[in-house]
Amino acid sequence: MTRDQVLQELTGRFSEAILALWDVSPKRVYVDIDPAALVGVSTLLFRELGARFCTASGVDTRSAVEILYHYILEPINLMVSVRVSLDRKAPLVDSLTGLFAAADFIEREIHELLGVNFRGHETPRRLLLPEQWPDDVQPLRRDYAEWDPNAVRDRGVR
Amino acid sequence: MKKATIALGPYHPLQEEPEFFTLTVDGEQVVDIDLKMGYNHRGIEKLSESRTFDQGVYLVERICGICSTSHPYAYTRAVEDIIPVEVPERAKYIRTIIAEGERIHSHLLWLGLAGHFLGYDTVYMWVWKLREEILDVMEILSGNRNNYGMFRPGGVRRDIRAEDIPVVLAKLESILPTVNMLKAAVLDDPVLHARLKGVGVLTREAAIDFGALGPTSRASGVDHDLRRDCPYGAYDRVDWKVITRENGDVFDKLVVRVLELFESATIMKTCLENLPAGEIDAGLTTIPAGEGIGHIEAPRGETFHYVRSDGTNRPVRHKVRAPTFMNLPTFRATVRGAYVADTTIILAAIDPCYCCTERMAVRDPSGRRLMGGPDLVRLSRAKTERLRKEMGLP
Amino acid sequence: MSFRLNALLRSPWLFHLSTGSCNNCDIEVLDCLTPRFDVERFGMVLTGSIKHADVLLVTGSCNRQSAERLRRLYEQAPKPCVVVAIGECSLSRGMFVESYNCPVPIDHVVPVDVYIPGCPPKPEAVIAGVVKLMAKVREATKKGRGKAPEEVATA
Repeated sequence: MTRDQVLQELTGRFSEAILALWDVSPKRVYVDIDPAALVGVSTLLFRELGARFCTASGVDTRSAVEILYHYILEPINLMVSVRVSLDRKAPLVDSLTGLFAAADFIEREIHELLGVNFRGHETPRRLLLPEQWPDDVQPLRRDYAEWDPNAVRDRGVR
Repeated sequence: MKKATIALGPYHPLQEEPEFFTLTVDGEQVVDIDLKMGYNHRGIEKLSESRTFDQGVYLVERICGICSTSHPYAYTRAVEDIIPVEVPERAKYIRTIIAEGERIHSHLLWLGLAGHFLGYDTVYMWVWKLREEILDVMEILSGNRNNYGMFRPGGVRRDIRAEDIPVVLAKLESILPTVNMLKAAVLDDPVLHARLKGVGVLTREAAIDFGALGPTSRASGVDHDLRRDCPYGAYDRVDWKVITRENGDVFDKLVVRVLELFESATIMKTCLENLPAGEIDAGLTTIPAGEGIGHIEAPRGETFHYVRSDGTNRPVRHKVRAPTFMNLPTFRATVRGAYVADTTIILAAIDPCYCCTERMAVRDPSGRRLMGGPDLVRLSRAKTERLRKEMGLP
Repeated sequence: MSFRLNALLRSPWLFHLSTGSCNNCDIEVLDCLTPRFDVERFGMVLTGSIKHADVLLVTGSCNRQSAERLRRLYEQAPKPCVVVAIGECSLSRGMFVESYNCPVPIDHVVPVDVYIPGCPPKPEAVIAGVVKLMAKVREATKKGRGKAPEEVATA
């Protein structure tokens, strides 16, 4: 499939769910979609077009929590990054673990670092943060502040 | 049979990196595993937000020591992708040379560790001694054995001097005969065939489902390599092959890595011989607001960096995803049904780099430790000995 | 106490521990065992069990999950046990000072006797550091018996 065909397929099938499409460069396309269409768009990219799921990046902008799902179509060297914007107070989106196993770890990571809940993820346990880390503190949030009174933040040189 | 759980890790003298696998076994075979990470989590993504783009390169270099060039390479490409801008030709060649040098040292390191886990300590010592030659090459080119500090957004920081090139080429030539000998010794060894063929098989479907990368996926027949598919650096200017195999077992993963060594040496030599003249830096002064993605083929697979900028000199968000993050979950698929004695080599076959990702013991259901990591390595080496005796070999 | 340490350090058994590092230092430590540097000629051996260790080599910036294990391992090590901190991260956490997961440097968790700076320190530096430690302990043993171990090892 050529690049144009891919974009046509995407915009044709999900015309209502696509909020914006940024055709940034020959290798990079960013698509903002309605979170409800995430599984559908991902199925199109992964199952039908044979894209590989690279990873997902969660970003806390001050107005929303965004997650970008990056899919690479290696035969044509096109990276399609699907962006969903979630409510900052209670970010919730469908899990992609039903579609491919590659989503498991990254959803756990975004859950603990940004506080996003993934509907349908079977085991949303901690992945990277230690057990004694407080539950309601998410390090990658903009309002993260030092919570540990015993932390030493100088190098010991007076 | 009564089920027991085995925990692998977190500390073993030869597997330097800490992680914690808990295996559930039924007699001699593994039923399931659970992975506990976090022993290496240092919050680098958050730290990057308070570093300028130039400083960020030094930060990401220290995500992982073994693949310390792959992260700066992906990061600088992500920053350059925001604009977007291509770096000068000479910079591309130098970047490729450093990246391939790292691939050679990383694969040699892996070969040594795998040799140790299997009881081939001579291979381990020989290969690590050989690796010193590559580290000498890197020291001549960049000034340091690891953490080369060669990258910056827009190009490379240091040039390669013309008088160093013949010395480096001679060193590369000098190690190839020994690597050839090791290749024959390792790939034609009947004990290794018996030990590794059919062990820890990752099917092609599973590799795609897990999003497996690098040699771990290429050994399962997934024909992808970013150097060919999403070309960067000088890879599209050199004649080289992507190595794939069909069976996805530990033996195939070994073959892929050993053969990739030769390809890397070819790429490195060709780039050194044809290094074009010119600038080494595009001279970037400001990074505009926007998003960029940089992904390159590290020794273990695709390293992926995503950078968002708001026009200031610091990233607003820097996402790092190392290849082992995608490869580690495949361990769950490959080790189920395997023998306990094979668990260390199946894990080693992914070439796990936990520091990139953020580390096995047997416990009984009450949590009491039955076996530790060193015991599992001992089991693995003993199995090789037993096979050697059964086959009547010296 | 110092006499015993001196005797043990004639052939020190090393236990290596990474508390959250990039592994460069760990690989340089392993490089010391390989033919080019070959620390076995000093009698140095890497052991898999903390119970047999005379020297605890620590790398890494001591993140929260590893700090507890470090403390427990140090308690299990039979004393006298000398702690050697290798690499910038184990000295003061280096560039990870502000990291949310690295609250304190290693010497707030266990007492450190030798600091070997570098990022990573070359194997020559690691060997030099351990040899310097052995020489210092030997000299201190000659100079004064009955001194407290802290005075001996850090003098």
